[in-house]
Formats: sequence, C-alpha cells, structure tokens
Amino acid sequence: MSSKLPHTLEQYRHAVHAHELSAEEYLDETRQCIEHGDPQVRAFLHLRLDAARSDAQATNPLSPLAGAPIAIKDNIMVAGERCTCGSQILEHYVAPYSATAVVSLLAAGAVIPGKTNCDEFAMGSSTENSAFFPTHNPADLTRVPGGSSGGSAAAVAAGFALGAIGSDTGGSVRQPAAFCGVVGFKPTYGLVSRYGLVAFGSSLDCIGPITRTVRDAAIMMNIMAVHDPKDATSVKRPHVDFEATLQPTLTGKRVGIIRELQRLDVQPEIAAAMEAARKAAVRSGASIVDVSLPHILSALPVYYIIAPAECSANLGRFDGVRYGLHVDGRNMTETYSRTRNAGFGTEVKRRILIGAFVLSAGYYDAYYKKATSVRQLITDELEQALQSADVLLTPTTPTTAFRIGAVTDPLEMYKADVFTIPADLAGVPAISFPAGKDAAGLPIGLQLMGPRWSDADVLSSANVIFTALGGES
Amino acid sequence: MTTTIGLEIHVQLATRTKMFCGCSTTFGDEPNTHVCPVCLGLPGALPTLNAEAVHLAITLAMALGCEVHEVSEFSRKNYFYPDLPKSYQITQFDRPIATVGSVPIVTERGARSIRLTRAHIEEDAGKSMHVADITLGGETLVDFNRCGMPLIEIVTEPDMQSGDEAYEFLRNLRRLVRWLGVSSGDMEKGAMRCDVNVSVSPDPALRGTKVEIKNLNSFRSVKRAIDYEEQRQAQCLGGGTSIVSETRHFDEVQGTTTVMRSKEASNDYRYFPEPDLPLLQLDSTELESLRAQMPELPWEMQSRFERDLGLSPYDAALLTEERSTAEFFQQTIALYNNPKKAASYMGTEVARLLNERGKTLSETQLTPAALAGLLTMVENNTISNTASKDVLPLLVDTGVTPAEAVKNLGLEQVSDASAIKDYACEVIAENATQVEQFKSGKEAVLGFLVGQLMKKSKGKANPKLAGEVLRTLLKS
Repeated sequence: MSSKLPHTLEQYRHAVHAHELSAEEYLDETRQCIEHGDPQVRAFLHLRLDAARSDAQATNPLSPLAGAPIAIKDNIMVAGERCTCGSQILEHYVAPYSATAVVSLLAAGAVIPGKTNCDEFAMGSSTENSAFFPTHNPADLTRVPGGSSGGSAAAVAAGFALGAIGSDTGGSVRQPAAFCGVVGFKPTYGLVSRYGLVAFGSSLDCIGPITRTVRDAAIMMNIMAVHDPKDATSVKRPHVDFEATLQPTLTGKRVGIIRELQRLDVQPEIAAAMEAARKAAVRSGASIVDVSLPHILSALPVYYIIAPAECSANLGRFDGVRYGLHVDGRNMTETYSRTRNAGFGTEVKRRILIGAFVLSAGYYDAYYKKATSVRQLITDELEQALQSADVLLTPTTPTTAFRIGAVTDPLEMYKADVFTIPADLAGVPAISFPAGKDAAGLPIGLQLMGPRWSDADVLSSANVIFTALGGES
Repeated sequence: MTTTIGLEIHVQLATRTKMFCGCSTTFGDEPNTHVCPVCLGLPGALPTLNAEAVHLAITLAMALGCEVHEVSEFSRKNYFYPDLPKSYQITQFDRPIATVGSVPIVTERGARSIRLTRAHIEEDAGKSMHVADITLGGETLVDFNRCGMPLIEIVTEPDMQSGDEAYEFLRNLRRLVRWLGVSSGDMEKGAMRCDVNVSVSPDPALRGTKVEIKNLNSFRSVKRAIDYEEQRQAQCLGGGTSIVSETRHFDEVQGTTTVMRSKEASNDYRYFPEPDLPLLQLDSTELESLRAQMPELPWEMQSRFERDLGLSPYDAALLTEERSTAEFFQQTIALYNNPKKAASYMGTEVARLLNERGKTLSETQLTPAALAGLLTMVENNTISNTASKDVLPLLVDTGVTPAEAVKNLGLEQVSDASAIKDYACEVIAENATQVEQFKSGKEAVLGFLVGQLMKKSKGKANPKLAGEVLRTLLKS
C-alpha cells in the first residue's frame, strides 16, 4: 500500500471527510493488499470484496466511519454471510441476521471486506484450532497470530482492514493483538451487545475492537457501545465519548503493579517492556502503586471450569437437527453423536466434556459451584485493588508469538491466557497495546485493566503510555 | 391401601408474546410461522424476559397464597431433544419465583386445603409430531410455534388421596387461572397440562413407591389414570409384586397406563444459572400494588355468597364458576335487592337460554340493569313470572330495556279491577260445575277458576287480584 495512504482509522476518516480520498479508492488499495498478502497470512475465512466495493460506493462519506474497511471475526453474525465459527459443524451456515455490533458499525459507514479466521468457537490461543487452516502472524509468517481472534488481529496488522472486531472470553482479543503488534480492547461486560455473537462462555464473552492505535479503538467503541434491548446483560449507561475523553497525560493517576503476577516467569524482553512502560507512566505524571491480589493465580483454573461449563450448554444446539452439519445415525442419539463427533474439533470436544463433567450431579458443588465462589473472590479482590490504583499494568502474554505447531500440550496453551483471564472473570475493561519488540522482532503487548465502566479511563491511560513508548497518537 | 397423589401442573400464561422473544402466542396457526432466531435457538440469539409473563406469574402465585420472592433466578436445564432447539430449557431451579401456597378443595371428604411446594416460570418446548404417513417417510416433524411459550409450573405436595380429589383440585385451579385472566386454562389446547405422581401403600404410615404418569390431556384423563393406577398398584402389592419407580404413559383409548421409562435411567439435567439473564428482581412496591389489585378469589366469593347472601351451595358455585358471571350477579343485586331470587333466576331461566344459544353471558345483550329491571317488574306485579319468561329472550337477543320489551309484547300485567271483573264474569258463566262446587264449600276450586281467568287474559291478569275479584263475585 502506498505510504501516502492513511494508516489509521482516524487518518482515514480525516482524509475522506476532507475529500482527499474516497472510500472506493481506499477499498481498491485494500483489495490489492489482501490479494497480495492474504494467501500467506490467511486472515480471512471468507472475503466479500466485490460486495464491499458496492457498499463503499453507497456509503455516506461524512458518516463516522466513512466506508472504512472493518473485518469481522467469523463467530459474529453478518446477515447473508457465512458464519462458521471456524468449525466444520457450521461450515455452510449463513447468518439470517446481523449482530447488534455489526448493525452499529454498518450504520456508522463501515464496510466489511470479509470474515476472519478464529479458533473453533473461539476456543484457543493460536488460531490453530480453526477447522479450516491456521492463520500466520504478519510479523513472522512461521508464527501464530495468537487467538482466538487471530484472523482479526492479523488482518489489522497486515493492512487488510483499518479495524476489526473480535470476541474476548479469556483474552481472545488482547492476546492476538499483543502477538500481532496491534491494539485489542475488551470492554466492560455489558457495554457492547453480545446479540449475534455465537456464545462460548456467556458470562464472559465480550465483543471488542482490534485497531492500530488506541485512539482508533476509542473511535470504534463510540460506535459499538450502545445499549441493546435484545441482550439482557447489556447495560444502559450515560453516553461517553471515548475519543473526546482521551487525555494527554497521566497526571494524578495511580498505576498499580500486581505483586503476585510480578513473580511469574515472563520473557525477559517483556519484563523490560513492563519496566519501560512503568517509567513512561511516571514521566507522564502517574504514580506507581504496588497492589496484591492473593487469589489471582486461581483465575486460570476457575476460568477453565466456568467457560467449559457454559460452552457445554451453549454448543448443545449444534445437533444436526435444524441447521449445520448432519450425519445420519440409526436413531436420534446416534445421529447426535455422529454429527457432533464429525463436526467438532478436539479442543471443542475437550471443553464440552470438561463442562458437562463439572456440571454433573455429584461434581457440581466441588467444581462449578466452587469455581463461581472463587470467581467472586477474585472479582472482589480486583475491585478492592482498583480502589488504591486507577489502572493495573501487566504484560498481556508471558511470551511473544510462538511458532505454528510449537505448543501441543493444551495446558501449556491455556497458560498463555494467565494475564488476560482475570479481567474476563471480573467483567472489567482491559486493553492490550503494543510496547516494542523482542530480540526476534516480534511484537510485545502490555495490558491495562480498570474498574467496571472505567472504559474511557483505561483507553485514555493506555493511549498515554502507548504514545509515550512511540505509538501513534 | 392408602393412595398418595401429587401433581405437577404447567399453566400457559396468557401473554401476547412468548417468554423470551417477540413472537406471537396465537394457537393453531400453520406450523413454524411464529418463530424467530431467539425461540429457534439460532446461534448468537439471546433471550430477553417478557415482563407481562412475570406479571401474570406473580398474580397467580399471590392468588395461590404463595410466598413471592423478590429475587429469583433462571437456570438452564440441559437435555437433547429435537423439539428443544437450544438443547436446554430456560427454567427456574434453585431459586423459584414463588414457594409454598395452597388451593382449597371440597369433595365428599369435606373441605380441605392442598398445599403447594413451589411455582416457577419457564419456557415451553416445541411440539414433536410423529408422522405415520409413509409418503412423508414416517418421520418426526417439529412445530416450533409452541417453543418459548411462557409457562408457570405449579408443584403440589403429595396431599391428595383419590382421583376425585385431583380432579377437584384441577377444576378449582382452572377456575382461578381463568378468573385472574392469567391463562385460558384450556387443556385441549395445551394451555394447562398435568403430570401425576401416584403411590399406593398397604401401610397408611408409609409412603409407597412413586410412579409418574404423563400424557394426560383432560381432567377426566387425570382421574381415570389415577383410578387405574391405584388399582394396578394395589393389585401388584396384593400379589406380592413390588412397585417400580418409573414414568408411565396414559392410554386414552384403553384407559390404562404403560411403562415409558424407568426413573433409574433418568437424565442428569446439569442445571446451572442462566448467564444470559440477570437475577429476576421484583420491586417491593410493585408487588404491594399487585397485591392491592388482587380481586376477591372465586372460592372466597363463593363462601361469601353462601354465608352473607344465603345462597345455596349450588347457586354459589354456579355463580362463581366464571368471574364475568359473578360480576354480572353482583351488579344485578346492586340494583335488585333479592340475591336469592336473582341467583335462582340466573341459575334457571338465564342459564337455560344461554344453554339453548350456546353462548356465555358476556356474548349476549343481557345487562345486569336489564335483568334487575325484569326481576323488579315481577316483584311489583307489573308482569307475571310467567310473562317474564317471554321477555327474557328479547333482553338476551336484542338488548332492549325490559320496559320496551314488555310494551312490545303487550305483556303488561292487568291490575285494573274492572277489566279483571269482565274476565271473571265470563269464567263464572262458562264453568257452572266448578262454581257450584265452590259455593258448596270446596274452596280449592278457586285456583282452577283463577287459572281459567289467567288463560283468558293471556297471562296478563294480576293473579292475586284475579283471585280476589272471583271470590267477591262468587260470594255475592
């Protein structure tokens, strides 16, 4: 893509609003970029570039997104487009309606170039669990882009879209953003409607933006943070302009460092990036506070009980009776069993089995019920910590992107989510922003978390540190 | 042998839309025409709670004397079945909206109270239709119009001991749900469904093994199934066979029950709290206002009618079968202060006309004011009781006032002594034998002569006056 072309959503919007660029022109450039790059990256499961060009032509150049290409993770409904969730069981499923977040984006003038690859039903941290193919990290094609929203993060990193949306249940927006060197924001649970997002862990799932800058994430949040009567967990809040509330400094802000997470092994360059961010925060006017969350390391096991429990119920509907893959058996039970055996991949089956087990009579109290109590404990501790600190700074991941095929032990893979899971369990906002590169040139991501409904504050603080570390404002 | 019976009743709440989506609840339309992504459980769709359903559920629970909880919780009940598109039913488990409560019944054993364990809100499943037709491949088809319909499930304590009691309980419950307008209570349309638990024990102090009976499509079926099951279990026990805990199917045609499945093989439903719906929190002031709006209940009104108005148990029951009838009666007696007479007139003359026309009271033109007017005219001797029977059809069919009807029919009672004297003279002239009998002291013959006079006047003569005039003439 020509270097004169806008690199961020904000620049794009400015150029189109000023009539320096048309949506069609930009989409044609994007098309070239995708056609040239995606055969290697494989960010998209389905492209709709011809339709996107007509959409771009029809778009109002003065609308907030003015025809900007925004990629959609393939577990979010776009009416008339396939929605596979990266699974064989939905390989040919066509969405009969659009997700509320998609409706909002389209109404704001977004144009959808395609649906992005993901781990099957958003279960995974590398996009290798896609039933169709793995996505490659644009920073190093031999490496994973992270997951589960790996296609969305890779698309934004590779210039295939100015922004994307993904879903975050245990870190699925932030972790791939970190691996690909882009921004990933998980809003407060209830801020963005889940209607039209294929449920994985319903009490955890959040739709969030993936962009090149923090400001771009704020621009997308302005469009997606809408109360939705179709989602009973969507919360009615006073309107906040996330872009307008971005502040230039951290004056008066307290940045907390979580003691228990400091003790975890992380890649040395990531520890160094943490140190650099801490210094940048202080230079920007923040004070650093040490906070303790005694039960935060239980977040991972708690998550791997609650998320599978919810998924075991959520994925029951894929039974081959009404839509999706159907494999005949001699009777109803055998048809269910054959369909689901053929349609689901190993990781999905593992989680359904874990989920059914922890909910079953005799084990419910010891696993599911206990996990919900510990979840509450972690939430309370996090809320308490966020009284002595405005935001908490952590790495997003313990390592930078690993090689495709390198992690085969599911438990090792689960551990990649250790920093991101607490925010999902507590429903608080959290953002991953790029903070330099490691020795191999791979992107490093750092995370900021804040209390519930402090989304504007988290975006603002992240923007200050991100730009102080050399990111585009 | 002692029989113990408990019931689980599903009552469909009479909302305009389904429990968790905006689809219509209209019954009997083309299959799969009232469906949407939510009730079809399509990926990505989410439930939102129907406030009207909650409202109706609270109303019913309060009328049942339940403790209505300010906080309750929805849960997922997980099982695979083709008519359950999400693979789970949204229901209430650990924290139902209401607990305890009772329904009074009156049977041969007298007045009793059947205790309720709980009442909870849930969604209905779709309807599986097993198509035997070979051209359709002998497949099972599913209609999702019913899927997501709002239900309240009421669970009783094992407080009943016979099919009659269960029948009476259901009848009274149906009267209540109709009275409150929370449900049509129509078992044929599936708006009220009942599963029965029956156990029989030779030792009254011990409870026998519980057997569940399903597929009960009418109150009569419930009674028949219980009667059969009572006998079957007693026979088993008598013959030394023990009862197996199982679910049995009632066969309408044979009047028997057959094994559906053993309880041991029952599902583990893996209930857990529904993450898509927040806790259901009821506002205490709203609950208070609902309580304040609660109408007098049918059984309360029934006993008040007996106690305070002196109505017969039969009339009191009849008038409180439907709320519109009870209200009609109350409005009538507000204008005509003879409740017993009004009740008896409604129970006989009005009831007969409604029966002939196959209509309910509210479907006719009759108003309480018209009925009160008619009864007052009889009371004042403006018309005779006999003539009132000719007036009533006009009031029922056309809605004219009683005065207009009486005038139109020319039925005004003749209380003019000179007109009656003319009739009396004719009667005396034509019935010489009876006149002789009367004069020789057989006073009872007067009745016959009054009858003749009434006939001549086409029923319009005031019978009391006619008697007096005749007596005077005969004695002179």
